[in-house]
Amino acid sequence: MDIIVCIKRVPQTAEAEVTIDSSGKDIEKDRLSFDINESDSYALEEAVILKEKFGGTITVISVGYQDTEDTLRIALAKGADNAIRVKAEDFEHIDGYKTSQILKSVIEKESYDLIFAGCIATDDAYSQVGVTLAELLNIPHASLVINIDTSENRADVNRELEEGLMGHLDISLPALFTIQTGINEPRYASLIAIRRAAKKEIKVIGQEEINKDNLLLNTEIEELFIPPKTKEVEILTGSPAESASKLAEIFKEKGLI
Amino acid sequence: MSDIFVLIEHRQGKIRDISFELLNCGRKLAEKTNSNLTALLLGYNTENFVEKIKSQAHRILVINSEVFKDFNSESYQIALSEILKKETPFITLIGHTACGMDLCPALATQMEFPFTTDCLDVDVVENKVKVTRQMYDGKLNAKLIIRENPSYLFTLRAGNFPSEESSLKTEIINIKSSVTEPDYRKFVEYIEAVAGDVDITKSDIVIGIGRGIKEQENLSMIEEFADNIGGVVACSRPIVDADWLPKDRQVGSSGKTIKPKLYIAIGISGAFQHITGMKGAETIIAINKDPNAPIFNEADYGIVDDLFKVVPVLKEKVMELK
Ligand SMILES: Cc1cc2nc3c(=O)[nH]c(=O)nc-3n(C[C@H](O)[C@H](O)[C@H](O)COP(=O)(O)OP(=O)(O)OC[C@H]3O[C@@H](n4cnc5c(N)ncnc54)[C@H](O)[C@@H]3O)c2cc1C
Ligand SMILES: Nc1ncnc2c1ncn2[C@@H]1O[C@H](COP(=O)(O)O)[C@@H](O)[C@H]1O
Repeated sequence: MDIIVCIKRVPQTAEAEVTIDSSGKDIEKDRLSFDINESDSYALEEAVILKEKFGGTITVISVGYQDTEDTLRIALAKGADNAIRVKAEDFEHIDGYKTSQILKSVIEKESYDLIFAGCIATDDAYSQVGVTLAELLNIPHASLVINIDTSENRADVNRELEEGLMGHLDISLPALFTIQTGINEPRYASLIAIRRAAKKEIKVIGQEEINKDNLLLNTEIEELFIPPKTKEVEILTGSPAESASKLAEIFKEKGLI
Repeated sequence: MSDIFVLIEHRQGKIRDISFELLNCGRKLAEKTNSNLTALLLGYNTENFVEKIKSQAHRILVINSEVFKDFNSESYQIALSEILKKETPFITLIGHTACGMDLCPALATQMEFPFTTDCLDVDVVENKVKVTRQMYDGKLNAKLIIRENPSYLFTLRAGNFPSEESSLKTEIINIKSSVTEPDYRKFVEYIEAVAGDVDITKSDIVIGIGRGIKEQENLSMIEEFADNIGGVVACSRPIVDADWLPKDRQVGSSGKTIKPKLYIAIGISGAFQHITGMKGAETIIAINKDPNAPIFNEADYGIVDDLFKVVPVLKEKVMELK
C-alpha cells in the first residue's frame, strides 16, 4: 500500500507572543519555533501503522521553505521512505487553494493508494487543503477521520462529527483522508533513525516543474489585526498567593463555595 | 446581482443550530446587496424542516429524497453543483462544521468558485467580497480579499450570527433530483458516543484542564482541587488525544456542551472549538500564563500566571473560606 502524506511546518503560536510585521499582512517569525503541524504528525503515524501492516512505501511532501527539510527528515526518521519539498520561495503568494494546486501537480505524477493530510493547519486554520486536493485529483475523500480499517481497495473509516458522534463510511481507494488528532499515538523518532535520516536525499522541486501561470489564488490577506475584545475580563493581579486569594473571595461572594 | 444561498444542515431528523445562524447571516447579506435569500434543503421527510425555517428566507429549494437522509458529501456535491450551475447565486454559505468542512472545498473547487473556510464574517464592499477569519491559534484576525467572480462559496463559523426571528414571505419550490446512492463513498451508520462514569454536564462546578498541565502525573493536583471545591474535572481535546482522560470529559464542539455555574479553565488557550462548549457557563475563570491567550476574551475573571503556582494556593484558600 503506497501512501502519500502531506505535511506542513508551522509556527508554534499557542503559547508564544504573535506580532504583526511591518507589512501588516504577515507575522514576525524570527522568534517563533517551528514544528510539524499537529494533525500531520497523526497522519504520518497512521501511514506508518498501515505500512507496518501491509508493506508499501510512504512519501511525505511539503510546500515550504528550506528549513522544512528538517521536518521532512524527522518524518523520514519515523518511517517515511521518500520526501519531497516544493520550494515555497518560488511562489510569491500562497493560499490554501494554491497549495492544493501545487500539491496536485506533484502528486499526480506519483502512484498511491491513499493520501493523508492533517484536518487543519494551526497557522492559517483553513481545514481546506486536503479536501480541495482530493477534488483536484478527482478521488473520493473523507475529512476528520478518527479511525481507519482498510483492505486492498476499500476502507471503512469513521469521521468525527460534533458532540462525540461519529459517522461510519465505506470508501473505495484510492482516496484522500484528512486525519483528526487522537487517531493514534504518534511515535518519537529514535536517535539512530534521526542520524540515518540525515543522510537521506530529499527531492526538491521548483517552479520549472510546476506551471506557475496556471495557478489560481482565491484569497489575499488585506490586513491582520488583533481580534476585538468581546467581553471585559477582570484580571486579578499580584503574586500567585494574592491573585488566588482574590479569586477564592470571589467564589465565596458568589456563593460558589 | 443574484441571490444569497445558504445550505440547511440537519442530522438525525433535526435541524442543526448552525442553519439558523446561516439564515441570519444570509438575510443580512441579502439586505445589503439588495437581493433575495434562498435556503437549500436536501433531506428526507423534509416537511418538518420546512416548517421550522419558513419565514426565514425568500425561497426554499427542497429536494426530498431518501438519498439525502444522512449527509454524504459525494451525493450532496452532485446535487448542489447541478443547482448552483443553474442558479448562479452570488454568495453561498455553508456551516463550518463537520459537514461543511467535508463539502465546501470540493464543491467550490468543482464549480471553480473562489472560496474560503471558517469565516467570522462575510462582507461586500463596493462589489468586492471580503471575509474575516482567524489565524494563529485565534491570536490574530485576518481580513481577506477574495478573487473576483460571479459566484462565491464560504463556510461560516458558528456563534457569530445568533438565530433571529424573521417574517419573510417564503416561496417553497420542490425540485426533483436524479442523484442516486453514491458510487465511491457510502454512509453506513452513526456511532454514538459512549457514556462514562462522570457526566460533566450535570455538575455546577467544572474545572477544565488543558495542555498547560504538561504531564499526566500533574492531573492529580487538579483532581484534588476539584474534589475540594466540589466540582468535576473536564478538559480540552489534547488531554483526550493523549488518553489522559476519557472522551466524555472533553468540552467543545467535538465533545460536550456544558452550562455550569462556574467553569475554571486552567492551561487552556481558548480555541473556538473549546469555547463553543463552555461559553454558556455563568461565571468563567481563566488561569493561563499567556496574557494574550484567547480564553481571556471569554472569561469574567482571569489570572495571568503559572498554573503550578496558582492552583495549590487557590486550593488552600478555598479550603480556608469554605
Ligand atoms: C474539528 C475540530 C474539533 C475540535 N474539537 C475540540 C473540542 O471539542 N474541544 C477542545 O478543547 N478542542 C477541540 N479542538 C482542538 C482545538 O482546536 C485546540 O487545538 C485545543 O482546544 C487546544 O487545547 P489547549 O488549549 O489545551 O492547548 P493549547 O492551545 O496548546 O494551549 C495550552 C495553553 O496552556 C497555557 N499554559 C502552558 N503552560 C502553562 C502554565 N504552566 N501555567 C498556565 N498556563 C499554561 C498556554 O499559555 C496555552 O494557552 C478541535 C479541533 C478541530 C480541528
Ligand atoms: N504547504 C503545505 N505543504 C504540504 N501540505 C500542506 C501544506 N499546507 C497544508 N497542507 C496539508 O493540508 C492540511 C490542512 O491544511 P489547511 O487546509 O491549511 O488547514 C495540513 O494539515 C497538511 O496536511
